Amino acid sequence: MATITFEVNGEREEVAFAPHKTLLEVLREDLGLTGTKHGCELGECGTCTVLLDGTPVLSCLVLGLACAGHAVRTVEAMAQGGKLHPLQETFADLGAAQCGYCTPAFLLAAEALLAANPKPTRDEIKDALAGNLCRCTGYIKIYEAVELAAARMRGESAEPTRESLYGR
Amino acid sequence: MADKRRTVGRSDSRTEKRLPSDSQTVRLSEHRVVGKALRKVDAVAKVTGATRFADDLAFPRMLYCRLLRSTQPHARIVSIDVTAAKQLDGVQAVLTGPDLPIPFGILPVSQDEHTLCVEKVRFIGDPVAAVAATTEETATAALDLIKVVYEPLKSFDSAEAAVAHPEPQIHDYADSGNLHKLINLEFGDVEAGIGEADLVREDLFFFEGSTHLPMEQHAAVATWSPDGKLTLWTSTQTPHYVHRALAKVLELPAARIRVIATPNGGGFGGKSDPFNHEIAVAKLAMITGRPVKITLTREEVFYCHRGRHPTLMWVRTGVKRDGTITGMHFRSLLDGGAYGSYGVASTYYTGALQTVTYNVPRYHFQGARAFTNKAPCGPKRGHGTPQPRFALEVHLDKIAEQLGIDPAELRLKTLVPPNSLTANYLRVGSMGLGKCIAKVVEGSEWKKKFRKLPEGRGVGLACSSYISGAGLPIYWNNMPHSGVQLKCDRGGGVTVFCGSTEIGQGSDSILAYIVAEVLGIDPFDIAVVTADTDLTPVDLGSYSSRVTLMTGNAALQAAERARQILALHAGKKLEVPVERLTFADGRVFDAKDRKRGMTFAEAIQLAEAAEGTVGTVGSYTPPMSAGKYRGAGVGPSPAYSYSACVAEVNVDPETGIVRVPTIWIAHDVGRSINAASVIGQVEGSIYMGLGEALMEEMTYRGDLKVVHKIPSLLEYKSPTTLEMCDVVTYLVEDPDPNGPFGAKEVGQGPLLPVMPAVANAVYDAVGVRVDEVPITPEKVLKALRGKGKGEAARFGPTSFPDIPWPEPMRVPTPWEGGDGKAVTAKVSPAV
Repeated sequence: MATITFEVNGEREEVAFAPHKTLLEVLREDLGLTGTKHGCELGECGTCTVLLDGTPVLSCLVLGLACAGHAVRTVEAMAQGGKLHPLQETFADLGAAQCGYCTPAFLLAAEALLAANPKPTRDEIKDALAGNLCRCTGYIKIYEAVELAAARMRGESAEPTRESLYGR
Repeated sequence: MADKRRTVGRSDSRTEKRLPSDSQTVRLSEHRVVGKALRKVDAVAKVTGATRFADDLAFPRMLYCRLLRSTQPHARIVSIDVTAAKQLDGVQAVLTGPDLPIPFGILPVSQDEHTLCVEKVRFIGDPVAAVAATTEETATAALDLIKVVYEPLKSFDSAEAAVAHPEPQIHDYADSGNLHKLINLEFGDVEAGIGEADLVREDLFFFEGSTHLPMEQHAAVATWSPDGKLTLWTSTQTPHYVHRALAKVLELPAARIRVIATPNGGGFGGKSDPFNHEIAVAKLAMITGRPVKITLTREEVFYCHRGRHPTLMWVRTGVKRDGTITGMHFRSLLDGGAYGSYGVASTYYTGALQTVTYNVPRYHFQGARAFTNKAPCGPKRGHGTPQPRFALEVHLDKIAEQLGIDPAELRLKTLVPPNSLTANYLRVGSMGLGKCIAKVVEGSEWKKKFRKLPEGRGVGLACSSYISGAGLPIYWNNMPHSGVQLKCDRGGGVTVFCGSTEIGQGSDSILAYIVAEVLGIDPFDIAVVTADTDLTPVDLGSYSSRVTLMTGNAALQAAERARQILALHAGKKLEVPVERLTFADGRVFDAKDRKRGMTFAEAIQLAEAAEGTVGTVGSYTPPMSAGKYRGAGVGPSPAYSYSACVAEVNVDPETGIVRVPTIWIAHDVGRSINAASVIGQVEGSIYMGLGEALMEEMTYRGDLKVVHKIPSLLEYKSPTTLEMCDVVTYLVEDPDPNGPFGAKEVGQGPLLPVMPAVANAVYDAVGVRVDEVPITPEKVLKALRGKGKGEAARFGPTSFPDIPWPEPMRVPTPWEGGDGKAVTAKVSPAV
């Protein structure tokens, strides 16, 4: 067994696990944080994305041991004090989450994007999310949710367009 | 008092007669919930990661299961030695085929699967042994210790190979050799019809197989209790069918089995069969008395497959100069892979819906499904209809060009009228395709673009239709297809119980919205309990785009019955006649004096005091189908959705790469229950159609082409954010009397026109026909080279093999005085 101490969602965690375990496995199996999902465990789909020191990583490709002393953020930390994060609000309102399986990864990748670039263009959003696969939405509602949340996080009062919700 | 208590159910007609008619309460002129873009009831759980998918479940002392899969495409199993595996420290149980000798399968006519192969294996990936161990690593290590001796048999890699080689048979129950199913249906004298045509056109098309690729791998957890009760949590779209399969194979009473469908992390049809891994963990739980879990690897998901059948198609159509169709003859040859799955239905579906968009007065369909030694095919979004839709819509594009008619005009001239019966006895109700075509033609500026864009840019148009649920259940029975129970709590909350399965399409939310609309309450005051065979009435499952229409109607009936009960008691208390009462904003009140009313909770309390617990049920059975011939069960639906699509493409003549900047889509959904969910289904369908049009394919390698080439998410190409097009969506609302509030399907139909629209646009852009999907750069380049050399400017199949078709079953059309039955006597074609 290996034992590491690291920060998970702002709290210090000390956890013991078999040394070959990936961060994905440590989060899901040893810490019970099943909000982080997996689609391949080969680094192909982006579904297991978490933030490591604020940067999106594929948790299936990161060894748990390598996280000692680092800070990990998962979807479980996004809602605070019983209130959704602005990205979670817009994902919920626009239907950017259908089956919801890829959603935690998209939320975290989007959060990292907005931290670095509070006003991304549509193409910048596409680039930032190109490593995450979604089979339900066709991505469009995800772009719109990121744009809407970004506007609100910049302090603008923004609402979804009518076409987005009702078509033309 | 007990003697005053009553239950409300469809079986109790006396009770129904005592109830006031619902039409007596006042309907609001505007819906408060239906049609609005509300949050889904599970949206917050999805965005917080709180939703528990099957692999998120864990139990104390849980064991992990792994399956050993065949390395041979087609072989007799000579021996399996599991001695060493059983001795490995941590291994708790090992199963092989003889432990579960009873076969199963989704269709009663194709009970051809075993949990673990018994006598032979039929494709690379077929499971032969199952191990349960204390860790996943131990279970995996144990697989390496199992020794299987195979005696290889000749294997078949394509439908053509299966046609050419009837022996050795992959399954001995096939209709003929390695042809699983052969269909020959003729509605009217098609040759005579084609003989009346001004133009007769013949074309060949091929549609490559593709897979669902849900982001969630299939997973299941089983527990066994010493009191003889089995519980299975599984990522399935059809818990009812899994329940039946478990009872059959495990020889347990269904009453002792509980199947809970966990929310599916994407389904698209790929989780609609009962699967061997589900039965294996159940059996292992029974043997070990411990919880047993399996999560398939991504590679194994490719072996489960049940995806789109690779389909070769031939079509011959006669048309008048003005585009009127005089007769159509359609043939399809499906590569079914190693097992039956839904294949018989899939085969019928390749011939069923050609008649519901354009008027086809005489129609001949011949369909064949081959067994091959590849992962089994089954139902993928659109189930058997995207392939013929691709063929038909490209075929019509070619006909339009030959006739010198704009392809949009050609279609508008030949539309099936609403409220009509087709040649093959499908009953069309509302039909909004004409409006759909008008929307996309206008929105895309079709008339300014078609045949007018510069070389390399083009537009293409295609249309489609899809069922809103199948008219018949998968196994024969005369019970409802969907049931709902509704419980009113004296605190004002309502709980809806329904067997439907949430796969991301919003089925849980539909229940809440419909009940909320009828009872005038907030949908978020409604708890929804679904997909649990112990708790919920049967719903057949999330397939065939049936859920909104069928569970919606069942929920509507249950809610209306609750409304009747509440209105009766509220009316008495308020001294207002029931026919003046209405339900809205969490209140029951006099429509003529809104202040005269009470809260919804107070109405429940009055009813509960008078009658006892307030609970109702609702159920839904589709109308009888008009066709009475063998095979008439596939195609009928309570309502058909319609879509029209224009795709714009850029084709690079140097590389053959096709890029799609924009797709315009109009969809006749009848009525949106939740507009945002409808838009989401449309956009998701366009996305999946774009993937099939341009890149998605199940391809096989090796000399025999039976080894899956690309069982990974990286190598199986699907659109990322960088490939996805812009989508302009128009909703056409033409309410259908059979749908709840007029609603029809939207989950599958909008996928169908994408592939042919892209193919037609490629032709508009560079003048070559790629009569095969996916339209890869290689195919475009080959067609362009052919064009450059003055050869055929086309890539696609060139022949259709000879098939030992049975004698056609002749069914006179409605306009020939037919009654939907086949004529048994051999008759010479009427002239």
